[in-house]
Amino acid sequence: MVDFLNSLVVLLNFIIIPGLSYGSQLALGALGVTFVYAILRFANFAHGEIMSFGAMITILLTWFFQSQNINLGILPTALLALPIGVLATIILCLISDKFVFKYYRHQKSVPVVLAMVSIGVMFVINAIIRIIIGTETIKFSDGQKFIMKAKQFKVMTGLNEGLAFKSSQAITIILTIVLLSFTFWFLQKTKTGKSMRAFSDNEDLALLSGINPDRVVFITWMIVGVLACVAGALYGLDKSYKPIIYLNLVLPVFASAIVGGIGNPFGAVIGGYVIAFSEIMITYAYKKFFVYLLPGPLEPSGLIQLLSTDYKFAVSFTILVIVLLIRPSGIFKGKVL
Amino acid sequence: MMKFERYEWIAIGIMISLFILVGFIQGWSFSLVILNMCIISAIMTMGVNISWGYAGVINFGVMGFLAMGGLAAVIVSYPPIREAWQVGGTGLGISLVLLAMLVFAVMYINKVIVKTTHKYWVNGIIIFLGIIAIRHFYLNATANIEDVNPALAGFLGGLGLPIIFSWFVGGLFAAGVAFVIGKVALGLRSDYLAIVTLGISEIVVSVLKHEEWLSRGVKNVIGLKRPVPYEIDLQNSDWFINLVTFLNSSKLNNVIDINDRQDLLNNLVIDGSGIFVKLSYAILFLIVMLIIFYFANKAQLSPWGRMMRAIRDNETAANAMGKDVVKQHLIIFVIGAAIVGIAGAMLVTLDGLFTPSGYRPLRFTFIIWIMVIVGGSGNNLGAIFGGFVIWFAWIEAAPLTTFIINQLTLGLEPTNALKLHLLNSVPYFRYLFMGLILLLILRYRPKGIIPERVRHS
Repeated sequence: MVDFLNSLVVLLNFIIIPGLSYGSQLALGALGVTFVYAILRFANFAHGEIMSFGAMITILLTWFFQSQNINLGILPTALLALPIGVLATIILCLISDKFVFKYYRHQKSVPVVLAMVSIGVMFVINAIIRIIIGTETIKFSDGQKFIMKAKQFKVMTGLNEGLAFKSSQAITIILTIVLLSFTFWFLQKTKTGKSMRAFSDNEDLALLSGINPDRVVFITWMIVGVLACVAGALYGLDKSYKPIIYLNLVLPVFASAIVGGIGNPFGAVIGGYVIAFSEIMITYAYKKFFVYLLPGPLEPSGLIQLLSTDYKFAVSFTILVIVLLIRPSGIFKGKVL
Repeated sequence: MMKFERYEWIAIGIMISLFILVGFIQGWSFSLVILNMCIISAIMTMGVNISWGYAGVINFGVMGFLAMGGLAAVIVSYPPIREAWQVGGTGLGISLVLLAMLVFAVMYINKVIVKTTHKYWVNGIIIFLGIIAIRHFYLNATANIEDVNPALAGFLGGLGLPIIFSWFVGGLFAAGVAFVIGKVALGLRSDYLAIVTLGISEIVVSVLKHEEWLSRGVKNVIGLKRPVPYEIDLQNSDWFINLVTFLNSSKLNNVIDINDRQDLLNNLVIDGSGIFVKLSYAILFLIVMLIIFYFANKAQLSPWGRMMRAIRDNETAANAMGKDVVKQHLIIFVIGAAIVGIAGAMLVTLDGLFTPSGYRPLRFTFIIWIMVIVGGSGNNLGAIFGGFVIWFAWIEAAPLTTFIINQLTLGLEPTNALKLHLLNSVPYFRYLFMGLILLLILRYRPKGIIPERVRHS
């Protein structure tokens, strides 16, 4: 029985909790990508950089608050900076729309051209971030680091295995739940949300029934800004902030959105968790887990690892390719908000 | 052979004069370094342009194909490491045979079982068991290979042939990978295809980065043999010294003192050997580029090229006219990838080393694409022009930015924090330039600087 509990704690500590927090970050990112895809109808390659930009503003403000000795006690100061970061990210989105994307929307350009344009935007934001904050790794979480420390857990339960629960993980999960429920409530219950769904379903029909397209686009960029900034800041809070990592983050985010069915917000969330859990589960070495579960003679000698952790990145795309082969429109049918 | 229009001659003139300008300002050696890279980028750009400009097939997997070309250079030219083959050869052979059996088993099952749900389950189980069996042999073999003299070798080595063969082999390697990717992904819509090819190139690069038995992974392969002479050999050969003496005879005759004259000659020989090596590379690369350019143009003007344009412009109509769109898409994707693979092998040949971690898909794929779009998709001369101009801008962005920042902050003292910060972030301004160039071209000249010619026939 104790062995069984130990093995459960191993799973919880190394797979479920990290998977949940990483999955939440991916889900928020993928939701942003899906919104752009459903309303503006293009794959926004700049999304990773928008997340990075939000995180950067949050970091700058966190430093400012720290220098002024303003803090939130046990909570990280970044939470105080987050709302202003969100505002800045929304402004960035609106500026990029006004000066870049709007023109092509009015030209009715094909999606591939818009995707190319978003690559241009990606380069520009990329450069701005690097010019402002450099390329170094930045850790900016403060306040109480752990809710539950591994040692504390061992003493409390008397088990061999420790369970660590970082406060950044808890914040990630709570904020994700709040944001997701708000987004879905907004889409399902409010008039604006309904008009957005109508717009994504059939643009011409929506225009005919008097929906203002500029308003829909405006609200979309606002939601995208909120989601991107929160996702970026949470990822940085949980791990650390480094521009190059955010540049690469756009790939798993896209993979999540497509796996879930791009354009489908529920699918994006599920896709985020699918990608996160498969990345962690396929590259995790299960030796410890099986040592607890199996009797002595059957104990494994190797690491019981499907793929080495070097391939973490490749896993998300393998999953993506498999899903696209079996169900080309993703797990949930995409293309409708 | 095709005739150039006037603006195309102007473009060619601009390209040539840029290099002459750099030659006079920053030195001929530097100018040739840029020229070599420009030619390689031009070839890559032609590769992408063939699939995107001719047929509208998007290919974001450039870095993967480039890396495959690089791998070919290693495998063709590196001397074989017999010890590694002895300890790991059989194990690898067995796992290769098992892998082939697994693939055939899956293909057979797909043929026999019709009901889809059953098919997935059976396939899943077979693949799982197969992978476990393969891993058993494979991990032992690779561990043994990587233990052979890890500081110098630790991988299988290559065939020990002249590296110039690898240009052809690199194309084949890339074509093989492209065939598999195309079979899997070409049915997807264009924006999905973009992301999937980008992701697969990421997978290819991460395999090359971490399979040390094959490519030495992050430990890099260095010291690949060159197809052109080494500087040190040139400096010691009489004909080269005579050549340099002949070329600089007027300069040498002006110096009267015999010792000074000898020193000057030595310096000239050292400089000249570097330039000679780079020039030989440039000539080799130019030959390849012109051959590819010739055939690309021939293909574009042929009935096959016309069919490709028809497919690009209206897939449904082309399909209705009896053209096999799926097959043609696959063919052109593979051809484009092969050309990128050739460029990859040439790149490794030029550097003399293979660094898998240097292939960063998200960084460089889009640079190649900017070259294609700026130059003009669908026009091969445009592709070459784009490759030259963008690589040129990429290299010259840093000195230019330093100059601009210095001019703008003339009033500030040298220790000013803002000035120092800006000067420190000079390397990042090139991304800003790239982004702005792409955005401006897409906005004001969406067909590129040298647009595709509209043909009436």
